[in-house]
Amino acid sequence: MSDFIEWGALGKIVVLGLVVGAGLPTFFAVGVRSLAGPGSRDDHGARPRLRVATAVGCFAVVLGAIVAAIVIIGRGGH
Amino acid sequence: MGDVPDPVLLVIVVVTALAFDFTNGFHDTGNAMATSIATKALKPKQAVLLSATLNMVGAFLSLTVAATIAKGIVDAGVITLDVVLGGLVGGIVWNLVTWVLAIPSSSSHALVGGVVGAVLAASGTDGVLWSGLVAKVLIPALLAPVVAIMVSSVGTRLVIRATKDVPQHDNDRMFRWGQIGSASLVSLAHGTNDAQKSMGIILLALIAGGTVGPEASVPFWVIVSCALAMALGTYTGGWRVIRTLGKGLVELETRQGLAAEASTATVILLSSHFGYSLSTTHVATGSVLGSGLGKKGAKVRWSVAGKMFTAWLVTVPAAGSVGAACYGLDRFAGPYVVLAFLLLAAGGIYAWSRLRPVNHANVNDSWDAPADAASTIGESIVDHDPSLLAAAPEDRNEPMAQR
Repeated sequence: MSDFIEWGALGKIVVLGLVVGAGLPTFFAVGVRSLAGPGSRDDHGARPRLRVATAVGCFAVVLGAIVAAIVIIGRGGH
Repeated sequence: MGDVPDPVLLVIVVVTALAFDFTNGFHDTGNAMATSIATKALKPKQAVLLSATLNMVGAFLSLTVAATIAKGIVDAGVITLDVVLGGLVGGIVWNLVTWVLAIPSSSSHALVGGVVGAVLAASGTDGVLWSGLVAKVLIPALLAPVVAIMVSSVGTRLVIRATKDVPQHDNDRMFRWGQIGSASLVSLAHGTNDAQKSMGIILLALIAGGTVGPEASVPFWVIVSCALAMALGTYTGGWRVIRTLGKGLVELETRQGLAAEASTATVILLSSHFGYSLSTTHVATGSVLGSGLGKKGAKVRWSVAGKMFTAWLVTVPAAGSVGAACYGLDRFAGPYVVLAFLLLAAGGIYAWSRLRPVNHANVNDSWDAPADAASTIGESIVDHDPSLLAAAPEDRNEPMAQR
């Protein structure tokens, strides 16, 4: 059977798929939580700096991944 | 054929290839946009317009077009224009049949099936590389949804865990953008990948017909017409398929939609990067299923999924039968007759679809018809089991996260 399944490629797809494909949505979710979750507003209704910084960091990772994906598509890696 | 190429046959092959490209866009809109339409992140018309535009951009983005068809699956030496024509018609007819039946199925597998059938008719079993067919088509059709289910269910679970105490309307508002972004990537990748397949077929036909030299790159008119055909198909929107994928399998909310589309985009890009090509349709379907499994208490309609898996296994023999028949028709009666058959079949299938039209207006209607109460209850009892097994008490703490 090993001739019929390219285990090497499949394994890489599964592992990297889990890291990137599940990781990026998680970054996004953490970003959302820092902006709108409990404790995201102080007594004056303003967002604490740390929360905003976390959100910006998370969304930056996601945006970076999208740009990288477009580059990969454009290079014909697809 | 090897002998003097017939210009009429060449023109018919090019037209048929563009028609296949159209059905490809039309059939696969759902892969990118079904979840965004179902969660109302985008209005149906907006979604297909965005997807069509990105498919078009994608078609121009990368031009590493290879003049091949079913490479490694059939013997390249037996591919003639007649075989290509039979294969294309087989692929188109199967795409249309699965569209009427509202089943998302892989356009590339339909094409491969059609070509395999035509090759069998042309040169017997020796022309088909059977181990290639198993390794490149049949097994990936089974593995793709499994991989996507894994990635998407883990993603959904993590996302929901991270946002369970965020008010639902904030979740919807922000995840909407993430969902649109990830769905756009899927559209872009689809445009690049699948429009190039049609360009490759037309290039192959032009080389075989002697119109361009064997080392020629794709003529500009081919790029433009393929991009347009696919964008037009995408814009027409295969609403039936969109409905099944977005509403039929799982009731989705925006967080699941984001997780599912991110999983689809990632798995597709990784699989082509590592040269182990998985079908977009199979990956997208698996991702939607996974987003249902990842959310506790979400209902997954396994009966609908089962119908799809069956269709995927039938794709190659079914498209192959049509491909073989069309090859025979072409050799005995000429390419005109094949074209006439294609038009007749397409017209018939279109008329069939009008019996129960699905369009942008009713694409999001509730999946279970009220009249169908008994079967709905039966289905929910059967289908609830997997998600109930996964359910933990945590669910009760997140009333805001539930719709």
